[in-house]
Amino acid sequence: MKIIAVCGEGIGTSAILKVNAERALDRLGLTASVDASDLASVAEAAADAQVVLTSTELADAVRATLGRSFAEIIEIVNYFDVEEIGSKLERSLA
Amino acid sequence: MTTTPLPDTAVVLGADVDDWRAAVRESGRALTRAKVTRPEYTERMIGVIEEFGAYVVIAPGLALAHARPGPDVLGEGLSVVTLATPVEFGHPHNDPVRVVIGLAVSNPEEHVASVARLANVFNDLGVIDRLAGAADAAEVRALLGVEALDEGDAGEGAGE
Repeated sequence: MKIIAVCGEGIGTSAILKVNAERALDRLGLTASVDASDLASVAEAAADAQVVLTSTELADAVRATLGRSFAEIIEIVNYFDVEEIGSKLERSLA
Repeated sequence: MTTTPLPDTAVVLGADVDDWRAAVRESGRALTRAKVTRPEYTERMIGVIEEFGAYVVIAPGLALAHARPGPDVLGEGLSVVTLATPVEFGHPHNDPVRVVIGLAVSNPEEHVASVARLANVFNDLGVIDRLAGAADAAEVRALLGVEALDEGDAGEGAGE
């Protein structure tokens, strides 16, 4: 399973999202690869991904960029809240 | 692994700003004072928010101002600015912002360790409140688990 964490620049915030998504997966006992990406290259990065994690602020831009895609877009409000990330991932992957 | 240093010059407590641009500029000026960036980097951090919106407000009350590596980045570094009066960045859930962390990295790989460290600190969701109320730079460093300097002293002036 593959998860992409997206931010505008592909550094900084997406790296934090990646780290905390890995923590959340670990707590859930799930295994997945989590990669960080910027908005410009998300279509390529998410081609074989099941889930794209991003900010509510960027979700529309991600949707527009991805167009028709199998990946589910999950909006995260608090990037440091491992429980929020975990419960949203769990709902999506269950 | 060495931690990213946070000298006194990179910390501004109780900054009086009118809007998010002024808040980001404070964080950029602090990075420049600490000889981490040139002034152009500050404008690029503002440009990121103008282009992509307020997604840099990654938790309630906390903005992570940053831009891509570039020639205006002299090294990896952090700045911390707390605001006397919180300002709106335009985020639907996490406004208003009380703490702005400025982040500069010189290449995408090297920053993962320092960002992971930051993520560790902020997994304690009470840290943003405590940072917002920090009385001095030493208290900020203690909360973030970082040191003042790794080598040499920043001294006076900015840039080269």
